[in-house]
Amino acid sequence: MGVEGIGARVPRKEDKRFITGKGRYTDDMSVAGMCKAAFVRSPHAHAKIAGIDTAAAEKMPGVIAVLTGGQLKEDGIGDIICGWMIHSKDGSPMNMGANPALAVDTARHVGQAVAVVIAETQAQAREAADAVNVNWQELPAVASADAALAAGAPQIHENAPNNLIYDWEIGDAAAADAAIAGAAHVTKLEISNNRLVPNAMEPRAALADYNAAEDHYTLWTTSQNPHVARLVLSAFYQVAPEHKLRVIAPDVGGGFGSKIYIYPEEIVCLWASKKAGVPVKWTADRTEAFLTDAHGRDHITTAEMAFDANNKMIGLKVDTIANFGAYMSLFSSAVPTYLYATLLSGQYVIPAIHCNVRAVYTNTTPVDAYRGAGRPEACYVMERLVETAARELGVSPAELRRANFVGEFPYQTPVIMAYDAGDFDASLNAAMAGADYAGFAGRKAEAEARGKLRGIGMACYIEACGIAPSQAVGSLGAGVGLWESAEVRVNPVGTIEVLTGSHSHGQGHETTFAQLVAERLGVGLDSVQIVHGDTDKVQFGMGTYGSRSGAVGMSAISKAIDKVEAKAKKIAAHLMEAAEGDIEIADGEVRVAGTDKKLGWHEVCLAAYTAHNLPEGMEPGLKEGAFYDPANFTFPAGCYICEVEVDPGTGHTDIVQFVAADDFGRIINPMIVEGQVHGGVVQGIGQALLEGCQYDPETGQLVTATYNDYPMPRADDVPSFDVSTTETLCPNNPLGIKGCGEAGAIGSPPAVINAITDAIGNNDLTMPATAEKVWRALSASAVAQAAE
Amino acid sequence: MANVSMTVNGRAVERTVEDRTLLVQFLREDLGLTGTHVGCDTSQCGACVVHIDGKAVKSCTTLAAQVDGASITTIEGLANGVDLHPVQAAFKEHHGLQCGFCTPGMIMAAVDMIERHGGKLDEKTVREELEGNRERHHGC
Repeated sequence: MGVEGIGARVPRKEDKRFITGKGRYTDDMSVAGMCKAAFVRSPHAHAKIAGIDTAAAEKMPGVIAVLTGGQLKEDGIGDIICGWMIHSKDGSPMNMGANPALAVDTARHVGQAVAVVIAETQAQAREAADAVNVNWQELPAVASADAALAAGAPQIHENAPNNLIYDWEIGDAAAADAAIAGAAHVTKLEISNNRLVPNAMEPRAALADYNAAEDHYTLWTTSQNPHVARLVLSAFYQVAPEHKLRVIAPDVGGGFGSKIYIYPEEIVCLWASKKAGVPVKWTADRTEAFLTDAHGRDHITTAEMAFDANNKMIGLKVDTIANFGAYMSLFSSAVPTYLYATLLSGQYVIPAIHCNVRAVYTNTTPVDAYRGAGRPEACYVMERLVETAARELGVSPAELRRANFVGEFPYQTPVIMAYDAGDFDASLNAAMAGADYAGFAGRKAEAEARGKLRGIGMACYIEACGIAPSQAVGSLGAGVGLWESAEVRVNPVGTIEVLTGSHSHGQGHETTFAQLVAERLGVGLDSVQIVHGDTDKVQFGMGTYGSRSGAVGMSAISKAIDKVEAKAKKIAAHLMEAAEGDIEIADGEVRVAGTDKKLGWHEVCLAAYTAHNLPEGMEPGLKEGAFYDPANFTFPAGCYICEVEVDPGTGHTDIVQFVAADDFGRIINPMIVEGQVHGGVVQGIGQALLEGCQYDPETGQLVTATYNDYPMPRADDVPSFDVSTTETLCPNNPLGIKGCGEAGAIGSPPAVINAITDAIGNNDLTMPATAEKVWRALSASAVAQAAE
Repeated sequence: MANVSMTVNGRAVERTVEDRTLLVQFLREDLGLTGTHVGCDTSQCGACVVHIDGKAVKSCTTLAAQVDGASITTIEGLANGVDLHPVQAAFKEHHGLQCGFCTPGMIMAAVDMIERHGGKLDEKTVREELEGNRERHHGC
């Protein structure tokens, strides 16, 4: 490792612009003649649209156009797609209801867009949007997944009887049933995973500019994957042909999954910029973000874990209902299936597993992947079960886990995944040492003396990242491949531009990707520029989600560097009359090993471009591209330990210690990795203690639609974290990287809840564990104890 | 309409704006100072914090007309030329930001906090004082 290469804790190259106010986010962009869009949205969770009267709005000051779903349909703009086909266990395809970008006949959730006003200023657009008169005919609504499945529930899409999207299964039901029937002990839990709102700090925005002279569109948008956006906007929505559409995702202020999807507002702004003949910008206000950004989680699960007389896990049976909201979002169908049920083996050897998943429509905002996407839900099920089982069996939660760990790799689980590498004992040991697990009893007694209830909880998570080989995901129903591309352009002076299909929206790619180049080609970080987020510059890419930018995106860069290196060595060997195999590239020089012969890196690069003296038949230039298709998922894993103190008088929980021990494979920049863990853990603590989307069950109104009503963690809600890593390299990519973006949000919720339930002696507690809920659970437990 | 004149980052500016123009809109749209951000509608996220006559204020809940005659410092005006303010430098050195969206507000709030406490701050106070700033990353 050099001072700037792989493993170096270098400050981020991108920071300067952010700390000086020079970041360029979508809402910071403006073009001449730009007008603003305001959407008319449904105030009802479920209602027929009997008519839309735009006459008054059209006459208001500054208004350029008022456009409705009918016009969008007439212009042939396609409905929003779901990109992953899931078949029910009876072989039938999922029941996908039509999802127009502007509702035409029916609105199915509060906030669904039905019309748009384009006006000269934001205020004018909003005022005119308020003047659009929609003749609503309210229909009965249903907000929760179990209520939507019940007999007599309001029906949301004609082609989805009983609101059922699919009824899917994985694993061996008979084997799991047999294991439970023959078990020495069965632990059974009813578990809900609370619905969350992603709340990237930058609200979604879009700026669309149609150039009639060129018949060309430019879209600046808050996207994690601008190429996927361009593909979907052109191929499926027919807004513009792909070669006539440039999508730019400039600086993006957080995503967490919510900026993967192509939303109605992006489609409508593009379409409206041509229709109205003006550039159109829309920026969500925070309540629009609450109402329209795809939400996360929202599962109801019953799970049973069976043990033999030696406390070995012998079977697992899981039944889950997943609330999809009113429409199927882009990757929604994959989340509770291939990103959830396939992780239900956890870190354990469990011979028989079965999981059934029913996906359900409700009159709520669509739900899709959110930091972790299915894996937090799986981890929460597994780690609540194991911790509960340990209490029921009267054994140490740590040792029950250890006794059931997968110890040999590769390990084929009964639910598709083949774990390629790991050392679960190592992360458990590291976390226990970090938390002084052995000293907990003393701390508990000390807390008791202060009138506080102290509890400890752990979670051993495993996740699947990077995403699998394209052929494999294709066979499972994915509509896209999940490779990544890169291009390494070496300039005649030796500086380097790397074009990547990954997208950074906080992850620090401009630094970590440059560190890889510095390591391999021996140049300084300042000589490397990372280019991303613009379909006119980068040829194609699949974008950033699923902790894939290191494992997949950097692997593509590594492959392209291989090619650059090979060509540079050929040129150098030719120039220095040496054998190609003897050429070394390091520290800005290209040397002949074992001699004092050398050239500057820049001299070799210049030779590639002057082309005065290249090997016979070699093309000039030094620029190479590569596509990398992953050979397998990667499997980050780790152990989190949380210690809490509960105030029995108020039910308030203080997290007094949080230890994370992660195995992310090879680490490029430890500082950035720690930052990712910190952020993920805070989001997980948010889910465990504070955040919970609340819909009124009768009206389907989102009650928690502002920061007044939906608490997000603040600096004083969390402690300083003890974060460390152990390392087993991923054998399936050239860099050994596993990925670190989601782990914190996956492992922390069960660790926190296990700690609180330990403290209060009552396992009947749902997230978010607010002070009120904890106080009630504590009271119930006191009543139960008194009764005994 | 209102005529407003103020000093922004040391430069005198004068504009005629709609009465309802918020200070953050004035900074971003009239003056092109897009480093100050809007992250919510309820004065809670703190991405819009600027200094008005040396005090940290949320510019999303301040009318431009209210600060007629005031001296405003935004994130763009914090550094002394090419020399970063020590708080800016510290955010970089200690990886206090990720996506950068909340960062300008965090930095402006932090500078004000340090000045108010005369440089005497402990971790608990800092965490409590950041009550008015939201972040989804860490520091971001």
